[in-house]
Amino acid sequence: MTALLQVEDLRTHIQLKEGVVHAVDGVTLHVDQGETLGVVGESGCGKTMTALSIMNLLPVGGRIVGGSITLGGRTISDLDDEAMRDVRGNEIGMIFQDPLTSLNPSHTVGAQIAETVLLHRGVTRKEATSRAVEVLELVGLPRARERIHEYPHQFSGGMRQRVMIAMALACQPKLLIADEPTTALDVTIQKQILELIDDLRRRLGMAVILVTHDLGVIAGRADRVAVMYAGRIVETSPTGALYDNPRHPYTEALFQALPENAAETRERLYSILGAPPDLVHPPDGCRFAPRCRYAADRCRAEDPVLSGESTAHTYACFFPVSAGEKTEADRLVVAGTEQEQEPQAVTLPPVGEVVLSARDLVKEFPVTRGAVLQRKVGMVSAVAGMSFDIRRGETLGLVGESGCGKTTVGRMLVGLEKPTAGVIRFSGKDMAKSSGRQYRRERREIQYMFQDSYASLDPRMRAGSILREPMIVQRVGSRKQQLAKVKEMLGRVGLPESAMDRYPHEFSGGQRQRLGFARALMLDPQLIVADEPVSALDVSIQAQVLNMMRDLQQQLRLTYLFISHDLSVVRYLSNHIGVMYLGKLVEIGTADEVYLRPAHPYTKGLIESAPTADPEAERAKTHEGISGELPSALHPPSGCRFRTRCPLAQEICATVEPELKPYGLPNHLAACHFALQPPAEVLAATTEHVP
Amino acid sequence: MSMITPPPEFPHATAAPKEPSHPAGMLAPERAAELGLAPPGKPRGLARRAWEVFTENKLALAGLAFLIFIVLFCFVGPLFYRTNQVNTDLSQYLCRPSGEHLLGCNDLGYDQLGRLMVGGQTSLEVGVAAALMAVLFGALYGALSGFAGGAVDAVLMRVVDAGLSLPYLMVIIILSVIFHPNPATMVFIIAVFYWFGPARLVRGETLTLRTREYVQAVKVLGGGQLRSVTRHILPNAIGVIIVQATFAVADSILILSGLGFLGLGVSPPATDWGSMLSGGLNYIQSGNYSWLIYPPGICIILTCISFNFIGDALRDAFETRLQRR
Repeated sequence: MTALLQVEDLRTHIQLKEGVVHAVDGVTLHVDQGETLGVVGESGCGKTMTALSIMNLLPVGGRIVGGSITLGGRTISDLDDEAMRDVRGNEIGMIFQDPLTSLNPSHTVGAQIAETVLLHRGVTRKEATSRAVEVLELVGLPRARERIHEYPHQFSGGMRQRVMIAMALACQPKLLIADEPTTALDVTIQKQILELIDDLRRRLGMAVILVTHDLGVIAGRADRVAVMYAGRIVETSPTGALYDNPRHPYTEALFQALPENAAETRERLYSILGAPPDLVHPPDGCRFAPRCRYAADRCRAEDPVLSGESTAHTYACFFPVSAGEKTEADRLVVAGTEQEQEPQAVTLPPVGEVVLSARDLVKEFPVTRGAVLQRKVGMVSAVAGMSFDIRRGETLGLVGESGCGKTTVGRMLVGLEKPTAGVIRFSGKDMAKSSGRQYRRERREIQYMFQDSYASLDPRMRAGSILREPMIVQRVGSRKQQLAKVKEMLGRVGLPESAMDRYPHEFSGGQRQRLGFARALMLDPQLIVADEPVSALDVSIQAQVLNMMRDLQQQLRLTYLFISHDLSVVRYLSNHIGVMYLGKLVEIGTADEVYLRPAHPYTKGLIESAPTADPEAERAKTHEGISGELPSALHPPSGCRFRTRCPLAQEICATVEPELKPYGLPNHLAACHFALQPPAEVLAATTEHVP
Repeated sequence: MSMITPPPEFPHATAAPKEPSHPAGMLAPERAAELGLAPPGKPRGLARRAWEVFTENKLALAGLAFLIFIVLFCFVGPLFYRTNQVNTDLSQYLCRPSGEHLLGCNDLGYDQLGRLMVGGQTSLEVGVAAALMAVLFGALYGALSGFAGGAVDAVLMRVVDAGLSLPYLMVIIILSVIFHPNPATMVFIIAVFYWFGPARLVRGETLTLRTREYVQAVKVLGGGQLRSVTRHILPNAIGVIIVQATFAVADSILILSGLGFLGLGVSPPATDWGSMLSGGLNYIQSGNYSWLIYPPGICIILTCISFNFIGDALRDAFETRLQRR
C-alpha cells in the first residue's frame, strides 16, 4: 500500500537578516490512510515548520529548497499558490495551537465554517451552512443549529477548539494536521479534544499528524511516532516500540526528564544540558552530540543516518541505547562524565512548624458595567472560603483547572490582591494588620515567582539591576554587599556572573526562569509562591528548573506554595497537594495519598485525564475523565460546586454544601458527600479491631 | 513565529563537558561558555548599541543627513550668503534666478534663497519648540492620568476629549488675530492644540505598563508607586514619547506652514516656509514663477519626511530587544 502522505528528504530554509535558518533539514516521513503519526520534540526542533511546509504556509522568508511532498500520489511540493489553495482546507485540514487567535472574532462561527465549504465545493450558501451545522454536530457541539449564529468570544476554549476542528473537517480532508491542538487547554478538556480527534479519525478514515511536545499526549493516540531534533527526525518507530525501547539518546533523555517517572522515588530528574543548536550554523556530525551523555569523537565528526534493525524502527545514532541492556557500562559512562546528572534519591526535607496559615480566605471581584458610573452587576467568586496551613520546609502543591482560583490564592499571599474576607497569618502574625515600614519588612518573607518570566522582568533592565532591585527597594546592604549577593544568587541558580550585564531577552526560557527565581531569593524569604513556574518550558528544561528548585529548597530550607495545573509536576515536588475547584478546596492531603487514593471524584477525574507517557496505560484508560467545562464563577452552582460535572452527583449535592472531612488517613481531607475513600473514623475503627 | 527565530546569542556548545566537582548548585566557569553566557567581549554603552540599530535604517540616515544639511543651511548659511531680508527692494520685483539672486526674488524684492534660510529658521525653531512643549506637557499629563486611574483619569481625559472636539483652525485663527503673531506666540498656539494627542498616547501606554508583571513584581518586593513609575513605567514609555516628539516636530512645521499659507503666520518682515509658499501662489496664474513655489514647498516636504523617518528609526533604536552586543 502506498502511503497517503509521503515526505521525502524535505528541506525548508528561512531567510533571516542574520543568515539562513535550516529549519527542516532532510525530513523523510510517511503517513498511511487512517493512521495517526505523532511528531514530538522540544520547541525549536522544526516540528511546526515541517507541518507548515506540508501545507506550504511558511512564514515570510521561508521556502522549501529540496525534497518532495506527495499526497495521494500527487506531488504537492511544487504546486503554485493557486493550485495549493485547492489542497489546503480541502485535502489537508489543519488545527492550530491557539483556537482564540485562529478564529476571526468579527464573523460568526457558522459563517467561518461555511466559508471553507463555499471556497472548495462550489455549493450554495444554504448548503454550506447546513454542512457547517453537520460538522459542528460531528465534533460534539451541543445545539449546533442555534450556535452557528454566535461569535467566537461566546465559546469557551475547548468549544473553540472543537469549532476549529469542525472547520478543518468541513471538506472531509484526507489528512488532518493538528499542531499542538491541546497545549493551551486544561487536561480535562485536552482529554475530550484528543478523544474527539481519535474518534473522528476512525469514523472518517482520515490520517492525522499530531504535533506536540508532550510524550503523554502521543502515547495513547499515535500509531507511529517521529522524534524530531534540530530540524531532523532522529528516531521513528511504532508507538509501543518507542516507549518500551527508545534507541536514540535524545528520546531516552526526553523520557527520563518526565517528572512522573520519578514521582515515587523522588530522584533527581534527568535533564538535558544546554539548548537545541543554532540552526543557522548547525554543528557538524550528530546534532545532538553536544548535549549527549554518550557522545564520542565519532559523533562530533560524522553525521549518523537513520537506520535500524527493522524498517519500522529507525534511529540516527552510532551508539544507540537500549532499554533491555541498561548496562553497568552505560551507568559508568554517565557517572564518569556528568556527576551532577547521576540520579540521586532525594529525601523530602523534615517538616517544621506552621509558617503560613490561611483561614476562610474569600476573594470576590465585582463585575461592573458602564464607563463612568460603574454599576455593580455581579460578583465573580474567585476564592470562596479556603483554609490551609503550610509548614516550614515543605511544599504545598495547588492544582486545578484554569479559572479555579489557584493563582488568586497565590496573589493574595504575596499581597498583590487584598482578600475580601479571611485571615492570612504568617509566623502567627496577621498580614493584613501591618502597614508602612513594617509591611515592607514583612513583604520580604514571602516572594513570588511568576509564570511568565519574560513578562515579569523589565525588558530595559540588565539582569544585575533586576536582581539588585529587591535589596534597593528594601534598603538592604551597601552597593558592594548587594553586588556580592547578586553574584552569590546567580551561582546558586546556575547562571554565570557574566549574566549580570545581559538583558532578559538575551536569556533562554529556562535561564529566565532561573533569573526570576534568583530575584525571589534575593531577600532571603521563607516562603516562595511559585505560580506555574515550569508550565511554559520544554520537558528537559522543566526538569532543570525542578531540580534547581528542589536543591535550593534543601540548601536554604525554603517553603514553597507550588501552583500548577500539571498533577505529575505537583506530585513530584510537593509533600502535600491541595486540589481546587471553582474557588473551593475540594481535597487536601499528602501527595501520595491524594494521587494514589483520591477521595474526591474531581481529583480522580483530573488524575485520569492527565496523559501519561505509557501507551498501554493510556489505551487501557476508560473513556471517563471529566465531562463538560468549568462553570462560570459569576453564578457558581449551589451546594457542591462540582456537582454539574460529577458522575456521582445526587440531589443532596445541589442543596447541601459538603464540608472538608477526613478520609483514609486523618490528614487527608475531602469535601464530598459520596467520597471514593472510606471516612477516617471508620478506617481507624476497623484497624483497631484487628489485633 | 517564535519557533523560527534561532537564538543567535547562544551558540551551541562544541564539546561535551567534563563536569568537575563543584558545590551543589554552583556553576562551573566552563559551563558558562556552554550555556552561551560567556562574558561578552567589551560591553558597549547603551547609546552605542542604539546607534547601531539606528544606522541599520538607511532612510533614517538619509533623513538625518538632510536635517543636518537644512539646519546648517538655515542657521549658518546666512553668514556666507548675505542678503537683506528687512528692507524691500522693488527694483528686484519678481526677478528671475540669476548669478546675483540664485533663486530669484519675490514680489517685494527679497532674495528668495536668503529668504528660504530665514524662513527655515522660523519654521524649524517654532516646529521644535512647539513639539517639545506639547509632548512634554502631554506626556506628563497622560502619565499622571494613566497612573492615577479611576476618577482622576476620567476627569483628566474628558478635558482632553473636550480639547480635541474644538474646531482648532477656528480657534487658532482667533488666537492669531488677538495675539501679535511672532514666533513665540506661534509656538504657544501650536502647542496648546497639539498636546492632546501625546497625552492620550502616553496615558494608554501607562495603562498597559502598569499592569505588566514586572511592575507588579516591584509591589511583591515591597516597593512603592514612585519606584514603579520612575524606574519601570517611564523608561519603558520613553520610546513612545521620543517617537511622538519627532513626529510632533514634523506636524508643528506643517501646522505653522498651514497658518502661514492662510496668511496667519508670523508678521513681516519675518517669514516662514508656509508664508513664502502662500506668497508664491499669488502669482501661479500669471506666468512661470516656479522659484517662488518649489523651493519652500520642497523644503517643507523633505524636512517633515526626514523627521518621520528618524522617528521610525528611533523607535527601533530604543528597543533593547533589537540591540546586539
